[in-house]
Amino acid sequence: MISLAGRDILHSWGKFVLTGIGLGLLIGATLTMAGVYRGMVDDARVLLTNSGADIWVVQKDTQGPYAESSSIRDDVYRGLLGMSGVAQAANVTYLTMQVRHGFRESRTMVVGFEPGQPGEPGYLVAGRRLLRGHFEAIADVKTGFKLGERIRIRRHEYKVVGLTRRMVSSGGDPMVFIPLKDAQEAQFLKDNDAIIADRARTATNPALNRPGVPGLLDAVTASQTINHSVNAVLVKVGAGDTAANVAQEIRRWKHLQAYTREQMEEILIAKLIATSAKQIGMFLAILTVVSAAIVAFIIYTMTLGKIREIAVLKLIGTRNRTIAGMILQQALGLGLIGFIVGKISATLWAPAFPKYVLLETADAMRALVIVMVVCALASTLAIRAALKVDPATAIGG
Amino acid sequence: MDDGIHIEGLSKRYGEGDTAVDALKEVNMCIAPGEVVGLVGPSGSGKTTLLKCLGAVIEPTRGRMTLGGEVIYDSAQGGWKTPDLRALRRDRIGFIFQAPYLIPFLDVTDNVALLPMLAGRANADSRTRALELLQALDVQHRAKAQPSELSGGEQQRVSIARALANQPPVILADEPTAPLDSERALAVVRILNQMASQYQTAIIVVTHDEKIIPTFKRIYHIRDGRTVEEAGEGRDIS
Repeated sequence: MISLAGRDILHSWGKFVLTGIGLGLLIGATLTMAGVYRGMVDDARVLLTNSGADIWVVQKDTQGPYAESSSIRDDVYRGLLGMSGVAQAANVTYLTMQVRHGFRESRTMVVGFEPGQPGEPGYLVAGRRLLRGHFEAIADVKTGFKLGERIRIRRHEYKVVGLTRRMVSSGGDPMVFIPLKDAQEAQFLKDNDAIIADRARTATNPALNRPGVPGLLDAVTASQTINHSVNAVLVKVGAGDTAANVAQEIRRWKHLQAYTREQMEEILIAKLIATSAKQIGMFLAILTVVSAAIVAFIIYTMTLGKIREIAVLKLIGTRNRTIAGMILQQALGLGLIGFIVGKISATLWAPAFPKYVLLETADAMRALVIVMVVCALASTLAIRAALKVDPATAIGG
Repeated sequence: MDDGIHIEGLSKRYGEGDTAVDALKEVNMCIAPGEVVGLVGPSGSGKTTLLKCLGAVIEPTRGRMTLGGEVIYDSAQGGWKTPDLRALRRDRIGFIFQAPYLIPFLDVTDNVALLPMLAGRANADSRTRALELLQALDVQHRAKAQPSELSGGEQQRVSIARALANQPPVILADEPTAPLDSERALAVVRILNQMASQYQTAIIVVTHDEKIIPTFKRIYHIRDGRTVEEAGEGRDIS
């Protein structure tokens, strides 16, 4: 027996392909939405991996440097280095801000780190590591900055000496790495006008400017000008120790919050992007329903256009299952064309998205199964209409 | 008569009670194998209802029908003799429609070969049979064409080939010449006569077409659900 569906598709391939392309773009959008979510999860994991830390030590009762504001003294790391199981400990700061380059601005996360310590970008795709103590920067390629360019962070200019890749914040902002001291200044230091105003306020405060205590005012002013805060201390655990045990000891003795890699992943994925995930999930559900409705409508309309042929087929003895099979195969064919177009479209346009879009093969396979199931379900309406056709309508004009 | 078409006391009533309409009233017909008869009558006379009953598409209310020597319906013995009317239509009845109604996505050969394929014959055998019929109807040169590429006359010849594909004892032709001009209409009737004679098929041609009515040797007039048989002119069109 010949394939009636196959012949019909070959006969009107233009209509099928055009319809398939329309459906495919919708499937492509659906795959991209899934890719956006996967990209967010992957960005979070890469962020943790690239930091090179086993434990994140942050201010007590906060969720860590990526989820909440955290401020701890920059000498805490010394105490941590003295603890059993701690191989390395280094201060880091994170600050999301606009970085200026000429007349252009980029939304970036500025990271302050100490060269050679956890927090340093793991690899470079161009240029070199930071060699000077100040005013050099390493930027993620997504910032658009080039080697040798000068960028402005707050009141200072930095020269881009290295480029890295896939270093983005949990919000998808590309990172710019600068020396810790510069980052502390950028994050915590006030502008000159504010400093002058603060000094004046302090000088007029009789408790801080006592006539009988020379030097007090200078000491207070100095303490207000210099800042010794960082957002977190990244800890690497020594061989033979577990991160969970070391984190437990830090929480116990240092009165700080310490998160292991698994706990940070839980915060980033389950908490920080949970709302986004739900949002994307809703979009995916809506797109699936819309796709199903479109397939159902297309197949139903195509079937209604063949009512006379179906009546003739039934009159000359074609079984209902043959007719139902023809419609089902056409729906599945349309779904297959749509999926192929959608997969190709998503693959082509994913790199153009500002945030990382991760298209996983497993997701594509799941999407293929869902598309086929949706198409099969959507064809039931048309099959129902076809089976209702009375063969008698072929007789009598 | 054992073969051909034999109808006795066939009646069909639509509806019940006060709204009941008797579309066919005690219709009797007898058509021998190889014979082509005309069935003529005004609109609403019951032609289409008779064709639908003969085509096993609707069930008569009363009567007896024999096709190709086999009783297919007998109201006195419970109605249809087979529960599979679809197979009955496929194997024992050929249909020719007012418009050819060829399947637009199958080429000419497969339009004809579809019926034997539906009956379970192998694709190659079915296509061989289709090509034989297309040759007999002089459209073999269009075997690979799509229906949309054929002229009206060629389409009707292909639909005749399709009706003959399973070698049915009976062909029901519903206004087969309606869309054709005189020359092509007479050509179709000529072909029907040739095929009836060649394959010993009984053919009923429902028609209004004044051009072809004189060609029938026997005509059944149907009016208000009753048939009256009369001799036709039997004009020679060979």
